Amino acid sequence: MSLSVRLTHKLPRFQLQVDFAVPAGLTVLFGRSGSGKTSVINAVAGLLRPDQGQITLGGETVFDSARGLHLPTHKRHLGYIFQDARLFPHMSVQQNLLYGRWMRRADRSLHTQVIEMLGLGALLARRPAQLSGGEKSRVAIGRALLAQPRILLADEPLAALDEARKAEILPYFERLRDEFNIPILYVTHSPAEVARLATTVVALENGRSVAVGSATDILADPTITPLGARSAGAVMQAVITRQHSDGLTEISANGVALFIPRVPGQPGQKLRVRIAAHDVILASAPPMGLSALNIIEGRVVDIRMGAGPGALLALDTQAGRLLARVTRRSMGVMGLQVGSRAYAVIKTVAMAPEDVGGMG
Amino acid sequence: MSGWLGPDEWQAVALSLKVAFWAMALSLPLGIFTAYALARWHFPGKALVNGLVHLPLILPPVVTGYILLVVFGINGPLGALLSQLGITLAFRWTGAVLAAAIMAFPLMVRAIRLSIEAVDPKLEQAAATLGASRLWVFVTITLPLIVPGIIAGAVLAFAKAMGEFGATITFVSNIPGQTQTVPSAIYAFLQAPGGEPAALRLVMVSVVVAMGALLASEWLARRAAKRVQGT
Repeated sequence: MSLSVRLTHKLPRFQLQVDFAVPAGLTVLFGRSGSGKTSVINAVAGLLRPDQGQITLGGETVFDSARGLHLPTHKRHLGYIFQDARLFPHMSVQQNLLYGRWMRRADRSLHTQVIEMLGLGALLARRPAQLSGGEKSRVAIGRALLAQPRILLADEPLAALDEARKAEILPYFERLRDEFNIPILYVTHSPAEVARLATTVVALENGRSVAVGSATDILADPTITPLGARSAGAVMQAVITRQHSDGLTEISANGVALFIPRVPGQPGQKLRVRIAAHDVILASAPPMGLSALNIIEGRVVDIRMGAGPGALLALDTQAGRLLARVTRRSMGVMGLQVGSRAYAVIKTVAMAPEDVGGMG
Repeated sequence: MSGWLGPDEWQAVALSLKVAFWAMALSLPLGIFTAYALARWHFPGKALVNGLVHLPLILPPVVTGYILLVVFGINGPLGALLSQLGITLAFRWTGAVLAAAIMAFPLMVRAIRLSIEAVDPKLEQAAATLGASRLWVFVTITLPLIVPGIIAGAVLAFAKAMGEFGATITFVSNIPGQTQTVPSAIYAFLQAPGGEPAALRLVMVSVVVAMGALLASEWLARRAAKRVQGT
């Protein structure tokens, strides 16, 4: 396990109680605002000293309350990407990028690769005050990477950006995950980011880690909805089969053909597609004469009643697990229960481009 | 210039500049340290330290001078110790440096402390995550960012030291060529018949030096702030 965290810590509003161990790759700490995500990542960074517990980074114990061990932040060999970039205002971009290397006396092996990947070449002489929001984010990512960390921490790195900048920066995290052999701990409350980035998901609710697993498993489990049933949505693994001239991309999820709004990519390229539960309509018989292009047959395997009029249903289909959010009334009318056959109807245009990403 | 100022007056100006410079230079490291401790650390007795630092600002200067005389005089506890090491402060220009430094210290610490409090601790955290120890964080992040505050504090201290009178005359007296700074000299000239023209010339020198220091510090601080903010 590349990172293991077990800790309890008293916060003003609740008790933080977290226990997880995750492999390499990108691990998302997923939960709503105020669920304790930032406290957990700060404990890993050493910026917060938990009341009790143990934290192990790549084989080295950096915190152990039983032994009174609390390695200071600067000795933990991290890279931390903050939400508010936190570039040093009195240094040029170049000096910001080199800061970690100076402090750690690291070599320059990654330098060219990182500057090229993030497109920082033209910015090196500038000061942070002369950068746009997206440029600041890229420099902050580069600065953390060039410190040659054994783990990269990212605390809602996209939250302060507008939609266009998010779309610009998100792919860099996919490349970080796929091209650098550095484990990443990534905090977010955005299901789209979880769907696109996560190798492993740690779901947090009110300071407790309630589930650990792959993005597909966690997002498709109707009993784990850290953001509430309204934001639920399952992730399908798919591969591009054809680019159509009418602006659609045809993909195949385990042999089931689906149409989604055009995404760039060659046939054969793998994709992750997040299908929000509220974009799925259920039918009890094969629907006819609908404008929707995507109809998937499946079987209801789980039903979770909400506090309101809605219910969250999990469907097993050939394409993978799907979540659908319908009213309890229509469930009753259709006679849906665990084991029922159902047809999921998904509107192509409902699928947002930010819910579709490459996968490693 | 030496033709315009009499030899006594010139001596007082030179001595004042010397005393003010050393008072400022010697107290600066301690001033930065104290300002940092008061701005960033929590320690028992912090309120007491804060009070001690500010005491010279509110005590009558003659009281500060008298306390210095009692403590650092030839027979005082610290004065006796220092005289065994061959250092005498009472009635010497070095004593004037000590008196001026103590009187100027609160102004220096206040200016630097304000600039330290304006530095975002999040930047210092970011530096720590990149592998910088606390000392390196201070040297590479905090210190460069507070340069404008340090300049302001140093110039304030210099100007205050130039004008210090009460504590100085009480501690080191008013010996021409030894401890007679510009304010002491103005005082002495005003006591003697026909001394008013000389006093007036020294007043003009005081005004010019003070204004010059203020303008220079404004200019330096603005340049440093520009460099720090990178605009």
